Amino acid sequence: MSETTSANSVGLVSPQTAKCTTSFTFANGGVLSSHELVYETYGELNSAGDNAVLICHALSGSHHAAGFHSEDDRRPGWWDLAIGPGKPIDTERLFVVCSNNLGCCDGSSGPNTLNPETGTPWGGGFPQPQVKDWVRSQKWLAEYLGISRWAAVIGGSLGGMQALQWAIDFPHWVENCVALAAAPGLTAQNIAFNEIARHAILSDPDWHEGDYLAEGTLPTRGVALARMVGHLTYMSADGMSDRFGRELREGSFAPGDNAEWVFQVESYLRHQGSRFSTQFDANTYVLMTRALDLFDLAADHEGDLIAALSNAQANFLVASFSSDWRFPPQRSIEIRDALIAAGKPVTYANIETDNGHDGFLLPNPHYEQLLGEWMRRVGPS
Amino acid sequence: MSRLDLKTVLSWITPGSRVLDLGCGDGAFLARLRDERDVHGIGVDIDPENLIASVSKGLDVVQEDINDGLHCFTTNGFDVVVLAHALQELTHPHIALQRMVDIGDEAIVSFPNFGHWLCRAHLGLKGRMPMSRAMPLQWYDTPNIHFCTVKDFESLCSELEIDIIERATIAGPAQALLGKWFPNLFASSAIYRIRRAGS
Repeated sequence: MSETTSANSVGLVSPQTAKCTTSFTFANGGVLSSHELVYETYGELNSAGDNAVLICHALSGSHHAAGFHSEDDRRPGWWDLAIGPGKPIDTERLFVVCSNNLGCCDGSSGPNTLNPETGTPWGGGFPQPQVKDWVRSQKWLAEYLGISRWAAVIGGSLGGMQALQWAIDFPHWVENCVALAAAPGLTAQNIAFNEIARHAILSDPDWHEGDYLAEGTLPTRGVALARMVGHLTYMSADGMSDRFGRELREGSFAPGDNAEWVFQVESYLRHQGSRFSTQFDANTYVLMTRALDLFDLAADHEGDLIAALSNAQANFLVASFSSDWRFPPQRSIEIRDALIAAGKPVTYANIETDNGHDGFLLPNPHYEQLLGEWMRRVGPS
Repeated sequence: MSRLDLKTVLSWITPGSRVLDLGCGDGAFLARLRDERDVHGIGVDIDPENLIASVSKGLDVVQEDINDGLHCFTTNGFDVVVLAHALQELTHPHIALQRMVDIGDEAIVSFPNFGHWLCRAHLGLKGRMPMSRAMPLQWYDTPNIHFCTVKDFESLCSELEIDIIERATIAGPAQALLGKWFPNLFASSAIYRIRRAGS
């Protein structure tokens, strides 16, 4: 049996496009007279409409969360681990929606799509989105799909922050909220790493002030470097030691050998960077990292996270990953403590793992069991 | 928690209370409180397997080390804070007790009584640390690092300005009354309802 037809896969899936013809105004003031959102769904929406679950993707994620796009597709969606028949987010019970955020580069309106008013790519002219803009645009999508309430909004990393924003901005829409490896806002160190990534892109000679598509180029060197730095922050030191150690891919440690040395870890990072640099749009990377920088759950409540969360109506699952230093457990604990202080139902776990920030995407028996058991309270019983 | 402990604790909890269960284990007790007493509970446990077991019962549970001070819980956040048979496992039982009566309007604590005559006989006659069915582990390999007696506990409560509202004792079948009259000698374990003095 091929992977695309295995029993616990959602199998072959096709992205769909929702066209919004009313104008959308971003928090920062930019306006789109119309826009498109690309999304995928798995499972069936029941007649009561109470089994819909929204998945929010992370920085470099997309609407393709599970399943395969073709029989020859070797890589399933980015969260196939968790979504499928009998999996923690069980598509036999739940109707799962995942959309590509506005301003991203996988099909939704964004810097690499055409500005309908000029007929040329938006490039650097696409408005800066914020997390709360994505929440509003997803609410439009929900209504378009005939959904009036999410049984759960779920995400990891940036997606987890988006799930929390949903619970705050539209409390009656969110029955359950899952925030994995998230944070209530970015630290100076987080912003610094994002700035290094942006600096790499903006200093690439092929950047052309963001209008590289019009110039027929791609700032691949800048994007590759941005990804290498980013990717490094998703892994833990122990995890990297276990996986790569000090092993050489090329050259040797033999005395007198002065060939080009390439450590396994170098080769891995270069591969990650170069693959990403042709697949991911540079403007989107700049916009997404900036959206992260601007994210602050408590911003509208004078920095009071408890006050920010006090209107939420959801049950919360907050989980962190022990070796995550991008958004370390302490950041999830801040969310947890504010939820407890606000009197909200919350379950919190710190998953023991060497997988670092990427822990929320990778297999781990405790993590998968916990998520699966918690998800049983989501949707009609 | 033994069935007898459980019965006592259940009878002390007002239906509809907000309960914090420290060291909630697999969540069986909290689930029972929810089902029989309509309690809104939250559990605390450090062990991932216990966490999963509690979550599978539909409970809310927070992974946290009680020894870290329970700072996530605010003063007067709960009606009752329960610590069942885990006092002796804590690094600083006195700090935990203080926190419990701060967090909860009331607290319920149970522990095995090290002053029980069998323990005394074991130590006095054999000259060895007591081991029994209830305490099956060797002294060097036990999570129980802070055993106390009924008298010790009551004296600590007085030192910490904690009021004892009620005490129940568990003793062998033939010793129920002895356990009640001479708890320090005959109670195999003791259960207390406590609160901050003057509250």
